[in-house]
Amino acid sequence: MKRNTLIRKGILTFSLLLMAAIMVFPVVFTLSNSFMTENEISRHYPSESESQQDNAHKNSFIHLKLIPDQFSFEQYKAFFVKKQSFIDKEQSNMKFYGNSALMVIPIILGQLIVASLAAYVYGKLKFKGRDTLFLVYMVTMLMPFQVTLVPNYLIADKLGLLNSFGAIIFPGVFGAFGVFILRQFVMTIPYSYIEAAKIDGAGHFTIFMKIILPLIRPGLAALVVLLFADYWNMVEQPLIFLDDPSKFPLSLYLSQIIQDTRGIGFAASILYMAPMLLIFGFAKKYLIKGIQLSGAKD
Amino acid sequence: MKIRKQLNNDGKVAAFFLLPSLIGFSLFYLIPFVMGTIYSFKDGAVGGSFVGLFNYKELLASASFLKAATNTFWFTAINVPLVIGISLILALCLHQTVMFKNAIISSFILPIVVPVASIVMLWQILFDWNGTINLWMMKMGFSQIDWMKSEWSIVVVSLVYLWKNIGYNMIIFLAGLQNIPKDYYEIAEMEGAGRFFKFRQITLVYLTPTMFFVLLMSIINSFKVFRETYLIAGDYPYDRIYMIQHYMNNMFASLNVQKLTAAASLMVLCILILVFIFFAIERRYRKFMS
Repeated sequence: MKRNTLIRKGILTFSLLLMAAIMVFPVVFTLSNSFMTENEISRHYPSESESQQDNAHKNSFIHLKLIPDQFSFEQYKAFFVKKQSFIDKEQSNMKFYGNSALMVIPIILGQLIVASLAAYVYGKLKFKGRDTLFLVYMVTMLMPFQVTLVPNYLIADKLGLLNSFGAIIFPGVFGAFGVFILRQFVMTIPYSYIEAAKIDGAGHFTIFMKIILPLIRPGLAALVVLLFADYWNMVEQPLIFLDDPSKFPLSLYLSQIIQDTRGIGFAASILYMAPMLLIFGFAKKYLIKGIQLSGAKD
Repeated sequence: MKIRKQLNNDGKVAAFFLLPSLIGFSLFYLIPFVMGTIYSFKDGAVGGSFVGLFNYKELLASASFLKAATNTFWFTAINVPLVIGISLILALCLHQTVMFKNAIISSFILPIVVPVASIVMLWQILFDWNGTINLWMMKMGFSQIDWMKSEWSIVVVSLVYLWKNIGYNMIIFLAGLQNIPKDYYEIAEMEGAGRFFKFRQITLVYLTPTMFFVLLMSIINSFKVFRETYLIAGDYPYDRIYMIQHYMNNMFASLNVQKLTAAASLMVLCILILVFIFFAIERRYRKFMS
């Protein structure tokens, strides 16, 4: 009996580890390949058209390769040096990094402020129609981006936001997702804390600043990670609202870089996901907490 | 009287705190939402006149819409149960003491933060006509498959969806499992209940609220798979993975506002029906529990 359990545990652990390895494999693979030389990449992974020409030859298959022949930072150097040319100008790859940051950071900061205020209201204050209003927030949160494509475009046009980062930043700031997540955290705060502060003569603003905000700090951290994961990755919004490819965020431009200069694709990918991975490393605890609380029922 | 005063006080503060969110939310989400619905009954976005259900009739007669809608439906219908099943099994495995538990959990949630754009290269290498998967297939005596340009493309996209979403569901299930009181199992054991009985009568019953949420999120996330498909296969991918979002995006590009808004409204209707069914079942379930 004992031995049986041991074997069962062993098999279980082994299969879990195997699956875990599959989950992280794309990252490991991209990282190890980012240290190949450009030459090795183009020799080893011919682009689609080249490989089709080779079709006649046998053994023209693309082998997955994990260990570089020669360890080098060539791709990384090239990423920083290479410029992408547009009709009227040249632009360094770093500029796309900047584009991404200039859109994502204001969205995160803005939504933290707007959503935490709203979350306090929806989580702790009572007024008529509150729950109905919150339901409306939730329903729109569930809708895919494409659903409001046309009106959003017209409104952005009216506000003069088209082809500017504002067209992406403003809708991002007012997204309902932050309100939803932070409300879950606000609701875990006992009413007695707020009552006690009221008896001490604190107003709502003081309560918000001194009690609510410090207590939902894990929620704010979780929101930062989740928003970052979502907007650093965005594709649909810039595709619609930005005409000028030189304004594209890295998420959208990366596929272009990969197509044009395949030799530096892996390093570009790693540099692209690096901020995400760093945040993941530091705030994994909050990410887990945030996701788990989002599923908790009130 | 006092309660009423309290209510009014809260109301004023609430309005003040809520104002920024309410203005922005209305402008960028609520108003567009209402406008979109109205457009779907008109023959032009700006200054059009009402044409009743004409746009919907046109839409339902369009072959590419039907294809996109069918593809999206099947993608969701197959992958949502799949992702829930796999993540539930994983959560059950990880709910017991397992070696390297934290490392395993971290690995499963890593894909949540890994941008799909950054693994497109790997995808091409694996699933190209001359890619590594086909190499392995040949070695095992099967013939090559054109993964991205055949019926198999839906399998490839499903893999991305599963890869991305398993971890998210898994940790929500883990939290749900942790919330089931241990005594329930102990009592059941004392009464001589078997493993399967405990799973069905305790675990599944107490996990139901979590299940609702996971189900809803998985469906919503299955609509988001467009992002991945777009990055891997572009505007016009192989027929089998042409999703409703491709259709909407392409209608937008060709300025066909009527079909786009009608399609959007139909989609909203479907999501709303789903949400209300869930709420109804959940309410009934809560009554049953108490």
